Amino acid sequence: MRVSLGEHIFRVCNTLFLSVLMIATMYPILYVAFASFSEPALMMAHKGILWKPLGFSFETYGAVFSNPMILLGYRNTLFIVIVGVALNLLLSSFAAYALSRKTLQYRKQLTLFIVFTMFFSGGLIPFYLLVRGLGITNSLWALILPTAISAFNLIIMRTSFEAVPDALEESAKIDGANDFVILFRIFLPLCKPVLAVVGLYYGVSHWNSWFNAMIFLQDRSMYPLQLILREILIIGEASSMAEGASQDEIIILGETLKYATIMVATLPIFLVYPLLQKYFVKGALIGAIKG
Amino acid sequence: MAQLKLGRSKVAHAGRLPLNIAKDIVKNKYLYIMLTPVLAYFIIFQYFPMYGAIIAFKDFNPRLGIGGSAWAGLEHFRDFFGGMYFWRVFKNTLMISLYDLVFGFPAPLILALLLNEVKNALFKRSVQTITYLPHFISLVIICGMIKDFTSSDGVINDIIAFFGGERITMLLEPSFFRTIFVSSNIWQHVGWGTIIYLAALSAIDPEQYEACKIDGGGRWKQMLNVTLPGLLPVFVILLILDIGRIMSVGFEKVILLYNPTTYVTADVISSYVYRIGLQDFQFSFSSAVGLFNSVINFALVIGSNWISRKLNNTGLW
Repeated sequence: MRVSLGEHIFRVCNTLFLSVLMIATMYPILYVAFASFSEPALMMAHKGILWKPLGFSFETYGAVFSNPMILLGYRNTLFIVIVGVALNLLLSSFAAYALSRKTLQYRKQLTLFIVFTMFFSGGLIPFYLLVRGLGITNSLWALILPTAISAFNLIIMRTSFEAVPDALEESAKIDGANDFVILFRIFLPLCKPVLAVVGLYYGVSHWNSWFNAMIFLQDRSMYPLQLILREILIIGEASSMAEGASQDEIIILGETLKYATIMVATLPIFLVYPLLQKYFVKGALIGAIKG
Repeated sequence: MAQLKLGRSKVAHAGRLPLNIAKDIVKNKYLYIMLTPVLAYFIIFQYFPMYGAIIAFKDFNPRLGIGGSAWAGLEHFRDFFGGMYFWRVFKNTLMISLYDLVFGFPAPLILALLLNEVKNALFKRSVQTITYLPHFISLVIICGMIKDFTSSDGVINDIIAFFGGERITMLLEPSFFRTIFVSSNIWQHVGWGTIIYLAALSAIDPEQYEACKIDGGGRWKQMLNVTLPGLLPVFVILLILDIGRIMSVGFEKVILLYNPTTYVTADVISSYVYRIGLQDFQFSFSSAVGLFNSVINFALVIGSNWISRKLNNTGLW
């Protein structure tokens, strides 16, 4: 096949551009990783780009893992993710199954009722007053119940439930199965990939969320990880972390402490990401079709 | 027989709707049992706040509740439109969104087109895998990294200083805020955004490319005449969704990044609502601001969908 000169130039430039983009995306993450393993004192004196860790030390990781607030944050976040996702998936599959059944006469109206909420909302203040009125502020339920279903994820699930052949449902009905049995014994096992996708979406959003925690929680012992991270990274209270260290040590340690906390809080996502990437992508696609 | 039944149910539909619903519930009782907690969620957590938004027209008093508080009419709206911050937050919201739309929106499309030209599968996959990744990093961490990199002793300033430039704490400079906000958004989401375009690309019939080649069209012509028209429906739908979000700039990110010195360019409607409402406790006033925001958003989605239906028959509904 002939390759014209213009095409050749384009290919080279394209490869070059994409490589630069790849580096530009990866470098900030690598920088954080390098910095987190560096000797705090060397990092303190360092200027400019990092190509590798400066020295090698787990000292800051030690400080992170011995910090009671981080551990508590981890525990709270895990609780929110596990309980939250379980509830998310249960309610979403109920809704997706019911709204995908053609026997349901009002499914169009019911779907509209739900989808409308994707485009219009009452706003932050009425939402805040509602949650306060329900008396669930200052409990982890304030982070779980208000996000019990996402209309977007529900649509993803409904789309995949609609693809299941009707015959399966009909023959199960003839055998005397009710809708709960059909959902749990037939649909959910058949739609495992979508369950995984939607579960991941819900999980990531619980893991990453901080705003509701900030406005609804007063008691620090309930803070999820992201809220602790906000104190350390945004408000700049790294020094409060290294208890028992001298003032100088705190300043020196503070330089690398931020990076180690970032790593610790993002590591779960970095670890599962390569395994789950294709599922994430699949979800984005199904969501896009009907989104 | 079937015809007759249909006819009768149509009559019932017109005359006695409630009876029909009752029938449907009896027929699908398990489905309705499943829907009960779901609808309860949407009524409580989505529709009740919409009702609660009427406090924008009242002088909300927590002791009297939403229903019991006295009406204030349009007072809070007048205060907002006439207030000194209206133009500031309105302009900032619009500017940040427009920058995001102009620079951020086409970026995934361009990246998808470039990726589509890559023949080496391994290279293509690596670029994709790496560019998706930042999408999953939490906002708190992204903003923490931004804050660290742009601080006066951060790596960006180290590089600037190396080339003889002046060190600036960028997050304290109002003129830098939009650039930082929008470019970090692109960094975080460009790869993820390409997924849907790549899917649409793979759905284009290869015969169309053949036809174009036979007509003497080169690579550039093929892109203009086959690829871009093939991507148009997806592009339009995403554009409508994005336009619908114009007035709701990611306020969590604004709240994490802004500070009083950058309010001039950084304070958007939703961050203003948060500050006035939840920090100063002016519930009614800030609900009015929030309601204004929601209504404009909704009108933008409806409007852009309508225009797109008129122009090329694609839309969300």
